[in-house]
Amino acid sequence: MAPGIQAVRDSTPALKRQTMPRAKRAAIVGIPAFFVLAVTGSASLGLIVAVLIFGGLYIPAWNTLPLGKWIVPLGVILLAVLYPLYQPNLFDVVVFGNFPSIDTGVTMMIFIMMALGLNIVVGYAGLLDLGYVAFYAMGAYTVAWFASQHFSNVNVHVGGVGVAPDTPGFHISIWLVLIIAGVFATLAGILIGFPTLRLRGDYLAIVTLGFGEIMPQIASNGDNLFGHNITNGPQGINPIDPPGFGNTLHNAVGLPSDYLSSTSSTRLFYWTALFLVLVTVFCTVRLRDSRLGRAWIAIREDETAAAAMGVPLMRTKTWAYAAGAFFGGVAGAYYGSFKGGTFPGDFYFNISIFILCMVILGGMGNVWGVIVGAAFLSYLNQEGLANIGAWMNANGVSDFVFRKNIDVPLYTSGIFGVILVLTMLFRPEGLIPSSRRKAEFHEGVHDEPLYDVTHE
Amino acid sequence: MADLLTAVGVRKEFGGLVAVNDVDFTIPERTIVSLIGPNGAGKTTFFNMLTGVYKPTAGQIVFDGHDVTGKPPHAITQRGIGRTFQNIRLFQSMTSLENVLVGMHSRLKGGVLRAVIKPPSLKREEIAAREKAHDLLEFCGLRGRDDEYARNLAYGDQRRLEVARALGTEPKLLLLDEPTAGMNPQETAEFTAFVSKLREEEGLTVLMIEHDMRVVMGISERVTVLDYGEKISEGTPQEVQRDERVIEAYLGTAAVS
Repeated sequence: MAPGIQAVRDSTPALKRQTMPRAKRAAIVGIPAFFVLAVTGSASLGLIVAVLIFGGLYIPAWNTLPLGKWIVPLGVILLAVLYPLYQPNLFDVVVFGNFPSIDTGVTMMIFIMMALGLNIVVGYAGLLDLGYVAFYAMGAYTVAWFASQHFSNVNVHVGGVGVAPDTPGFHISIWLVLIIAGVFATLAGILIGFPTLRLRGDYLAIVTLGFGEIMPQIASNGDNLFGHNITNGPQGINPIDPPGFGNTLHNAVGLPSDYLSSTSSTRLFYWTALFLVLVTVFCTVRLRDSRLGRAWIAIREDETAAAAMGVPLMRTKTWAYAAGAFFGGVAGAYYGSFKGGTFPGDFYFNISIFILCMVILGGMGNVWGVIVGAAFLSYLNQEGLANIGAWMNANGVSDFVFRKNIDVPLYTSGIFGVILVLTMLFRPEGLIPSSRRKAEFHEGVHDEPLYDVTHE
Repeated sequence: MADLLTAVGVRKEFGGLVAVNDVDFTIPERTIVSLIGPNGAGKTTFFNMLTGVYKPTAGQIVFDGHDVTGKPPHAITQRGIGRTFQNIRLFQSMTSLENVLVGMHSRLKGGVLRAVIKPPSLKREEIAAREKAHDLLEFCGLRGRDDEYARNLAYGDQRRLEVARALGTEPKLLLLDEPTAGMNPQETAEFTAFVSKLREEEGLTVLMIEHDMRVVMGISERVTVLDYGEKISEGTPQEVQRDERVIEAYLGTAAVS
């Protein structure tokens, strides 16, 4: 890089932000951490953690160290990888109760993957997709077709594990099926995208909403589609083969031949999900920083100007759709394999909105924000609300407010609605917004287009 | 001199309104041509047809030996027509450098897979592209503004960035839509010199819509006047200035008689 560019880089806003006094930053995180932990768990543990956080943020100037920028992400990854090992020993958090179980962890990872996929479509390219669940369903049914006994008139085995060699149906290794599912979902994305992406804004949202409604209908009525049983209707398709490494690797290096036969199957599912999330994060970050990523943001900002700068609108938008769909497909396939079955009830419209909420709450366009949003909401959905409800009932809060015990998870949709409304009122850019988005919401730089790119 | 762009009988109707009425128009290579006319004369509509934003109702536009009539904007940009907008339309939440990089979109390669794998060749391309964008910003008088968000730039700098972004598309023909609107006389003079420099140093052909007659008469070789969607005059600045129909269009019939 030329020295001139380097000199300019040194005065970027990003670097200025990082030189915010380290002590202040460390105190902001460390001191509340102490109080939260001291109140909820034991004071000594709280103190230790708080000192660690304070020290970790204050002492080294991470950004000046060689490889310094990797220290924080690596620390987070390490914490995530080791989570199943230390989770049973963790203390209870007040109101929220236990830390999420490993099972919940897997579901959270799957939702993180989907939210990251949707973030490409909504956050980067600015295309409001209300039917993202269609790709999730596509992935889940792909794994159901290629790793179960559903097509019992064939007998194809390609690296399938956990099934006898003479079991009828397609039994393809889950690892391969994850990729196939991604590709199928991508194709579905291109197919859906082609007619719909000509539309703008609200119209696109309405059409995608339609597709999101059509998919579960096809799924639950697909047991007799033109005389073929494609989806096995409302009963769904199960069992689905588990992932695994096969007998050869099992005997050679001791890797589990299939997850279900292992004694720590949940942990294996967790680590695999974590690996998939890391791959997704890697891909989305790479895409964001590429030529294509720039084109997506340009389209989101101003379609007319983007087209005038040589960005082919249809193709670029379709790629956003396809890339987003890919990760939705992989997530769906992994979900099917994890649950051991694919059921049409899992793909209703509310899931699309649920994932969209994650993206909005976390911060559209920001990978880290979306991860936080997805983890938090899917945790609430899986465990959090039940825990909060239990705490409220046990401590007389429900009795005091509602005059009776209440079943909080019943009100999940309503609670998410309230969360969404509160986000929009108080922090429309999300919890961890991208620097681009933040300014848009606060300065309102978005102007109405003066004229449309139309080809009538 | 060969003609870089030829428009024959170009017409645009919006419902019953004829915005551009069978205009014939040519731009010789390496010239600066101005398109003038009173407000609502159809100048911007004509511009938008050249760049593919609108599809002409009738007529043909040939650019650099290729028929580009009704082609989508990105295809026309790829052929070598770069443009700026009358109302600045930068990508506000992107930095100056990123704005120019978007302009270079059609000159760079790399789809989804290549972006994810990021082979060394892509890394080299990306570095070269950034350096080129940096140079372009400097050329347009935006030294040291690379990482500044477009929305934070001063008005004059935003205009300059629009030109830098258009130059990023590596155009043969640069279309400027009222580039000096809102500039003070000093800035206007600088900008005029800059446009001449573009032609002399980069060999660009320039077509601009302009209201400031000092700019128009100062640097253009040829001036075309539109009024109510029709071409009413064409020629050197001196010829056009003397043309009665032009004076009439601008000042009304009384001024002539």
